[in-house]
Amino acid sequence: MSKKLLSAVIGTALLGLTAHTASAGTLEDVKAKGFLQCGVNGSNLAGFGAQDSSGKWTGLDVDLCRAVAAAVFGDASKVKYTPLSAKDRFPALQSGEIDMLARNTTWTINRDTALGFDFRAVNYYDGQGFMVPKKLNVKSALELSGAAVCVQSGTTTELNLADYFKANNLQYNPVVFEKQEEVDAAYQAGRCDVYTTDQSGLYSIRLSLANPADHVILPEIISKEPLGPAVRANDSKWFDIVSWAHYAMVAGEEFGVTSANVDEKLKTDNPDLKRFLGEEKDQHIGKDLGLDEKWAYNIIKQVGNYGESFNRNVGEGSPLKIARGLNALWTKGGLQYAPPIR
Amino acid sequence: MADKLAYLRETFLQPLPPPTSDNTAIGWLRRNLFASVTDSVISLIALVVVVWFLINVVDFLFVNAVWTGTNRLACATVAQGGTLPDTWHGACWAYVNAWFTQFMVGSYPRDQLWRPITVAILFVATLVPLLIPKVPRKGLNAILLLIVLPIVSAVLLLGGVFGLPFVETSFWGGLMVTLILSFIGIAVSLPIGILLALGRRSQMPIVKMACVTFIELVRGVPLITVLFMASVLLPLFLTPGTNIDKFVRALVGVSIFAAAYMAEVIRGGLQAIPKGQYEGADSLGLSYFQKMTFVILPQAIKLVIPGIVNTFIGMFKDTSLVSIINMYDLLGIVKASFGDATWLTPVTPLTGLIFAGFIFWLFCFGMSRYSAFMERHLDTGHKR
Repeated sequence: MSKKLLSAVIGTALLGLTAHTASAGTLEDVKAKGFLQCGVNGSNLAGFGAQDSSGKWTGLDVDLCRAVAAAVFGDASKVKYTPLSAKDRFPALQSGEIDMLARNTTWTINRDTALGFDFRAVNYYDGQGFMVPKKLNVKSALELSGAAVCVQSGTTTELNLADYFKANNLQYNPVVFEKQEEVDAAYQAGRCDVYTTDQSGLYSIRLSLANPADHVILPEIISKEPLGPAVRANDSKWFDIVSWAHYAMVAGEEFGVTSANVDEKLKTDNPDLKRFLGEEKDQHIGKDLGLDEKWAYNIIKQVGNYGESFNRNVGEGSPLKIARGLNALWTKGGLQYAPPIR
Repeated sequence: MADKLAYLRETFLQPLPPPTSDNTAIGWLRRNLFASVTDSVISLIALVVVVWFLINVVDFLFVNAVWTGTNRLACATVAQGGTLPDTWHGACWAYVNAWFTQFMVGSYPRDQLWRPITVAILFVATLVPLLIPKVPRKGLNAILLLIVLPIVSAVLLLGGVFGLPFVETSFWGGLMVTLILSFIGIAVSLPIGILLALGRRSQMPIVKMACVTFIELVRGVPLITVLFMASVLLPLFLTPGTNIDKFVRALVGVSIFAAAYMAEVIRGGLQAIPKGQYEGADSLGLSYFQKMTFVILPQAIKLVIPGIVNTFIGMFKDTSLVSIINMYDLLGIVKASFGDATWLTPVTPLTGLIFAGFIFWLFCFGMSRYSAFMERHLDTGHKR
């Protein structure tokens, strides 16, 4: 308590000193301070936001932060990361401690409206899945009637699980634990037949099991968890930049432009692609965003397209080896779709 | 007369032979472990358990351990995609090796590592002489350690002056954060704790009330709650964009807490000093501060050394609570490393936690041994 008071006193003192720069928008603030403050996963979620042994941040969410920095500054390295836990991510965004939140955050109507954030782009379509030992010979979640299911208490996971089994008229025994490590241990000890959590998480948990090959992840996804970047509401300029940074990465994959071939593609005759790379005469896409015309080129050149980022962080090129699934391009049966850039 | 007193012996008894010395190892064993059949059985069972446990520990930590490697495959069994046999179970020191710099200093810029190293050397160079009673000039040494060193360290670690690149505290981490937090906490809490304890026993009502309120308020709230409030709620009260450094928040929180606990420990010592000591000092005409510094406190603090060190050790370990506000202290960074897909194996978390536990134990055990030494060294009075 007294700690808070003291901090408040210090805070008030600092306020007087800094003569706070409450300017019009986040974009101006970001440009003025010269770097992007990005909120990422503080508990190191492999593939999404994690520090490696040299202290470098990597992951799908981290790539989105870098893409925004590349669009704004033409330099993907101008990002500072604020590691956040699930509970302090929203206050951190509300208070302006961070400029954008890219922390595997599910887009829900409540967060979009009542909490005062804006979501639009989805950089990973996740959903709750099931993992079972291979020896059970289960091919679908619908065959799980009567199973003991390991689940973490107090999460939406637990509620989704109940809903799903009820809706499908299946019986199950929940084996509930407080902490994820406890769930892991129980599943490994064979106290339950099924492990349920977000599918992306199942892949990294499987890697930490003694015999990863003995476990399969079932195809069913029983909840919708669209994970995407969030920004404070009522700042449409900044919101546009963050959303379009993601769409530029997706569009890059649609165009077949990668960080390796982007310089060759500059010579293209395709007017769509020329607009995308800022090569068309008299175009003003970048200017309308409040950026320069090379914004998308910089993203692709320095961060890569969505497919590259996915592959590098969570896909085949990473230890997690998550299949593209819902995150494939719309042309390949997935949901990743970039609105036209024109 | 002598013949009437039958109970008086007239001659000396033959001296008994000396008792057979059983101060040998075998004698000790017989006395303590194998005195009876039950004792022997229990001893044997315990021995088997201890040996079995030790064999497993040594196997895990050294014999089966993997010492070199560049990624998870080095510590993975065939089933996990590596090359080790499926029955293998051992520590993955290769992972600790790869993460070692992170564990020590967090993501402190790698080209600036000489700065934390210099601070560590200065710390040892000023701390060790202070701890050895025979080394002279304790006053100068204390000033160097408690006042000059923190300033020099802050300048060196933060930078931004004298051409040193600025390193934000968000890049700090690992053992460095644990040590800075606990050192500052310890250095600040002792003097403030003494003042609070004296204040609480003061005759002046306002001083007394202020001290009691502070102590009871701080002790009544869990540290974890205060850290959490400071990190989550505080920013909401302030104007958007105002950001007090998280490190400062944690430092203030930890110091205040330690001071409140310390005050109560020292108050215990003050109460144990007999009234005659106070009156004796008064009768010599000593002022309040002379009385306290020359008579009461030296005795009181000596009495409560175990309590003080207990608080230090508790605080040293409590610093790992700062991971609540997403600062990576030693334990925090070890836990964070579990999420590194490059090193994700079943044995990685266990190895990391053993490493962190060992480092914590090393420091706590050191403090405890030193305090035992200090108690013996200062044990001048009350000897019979």
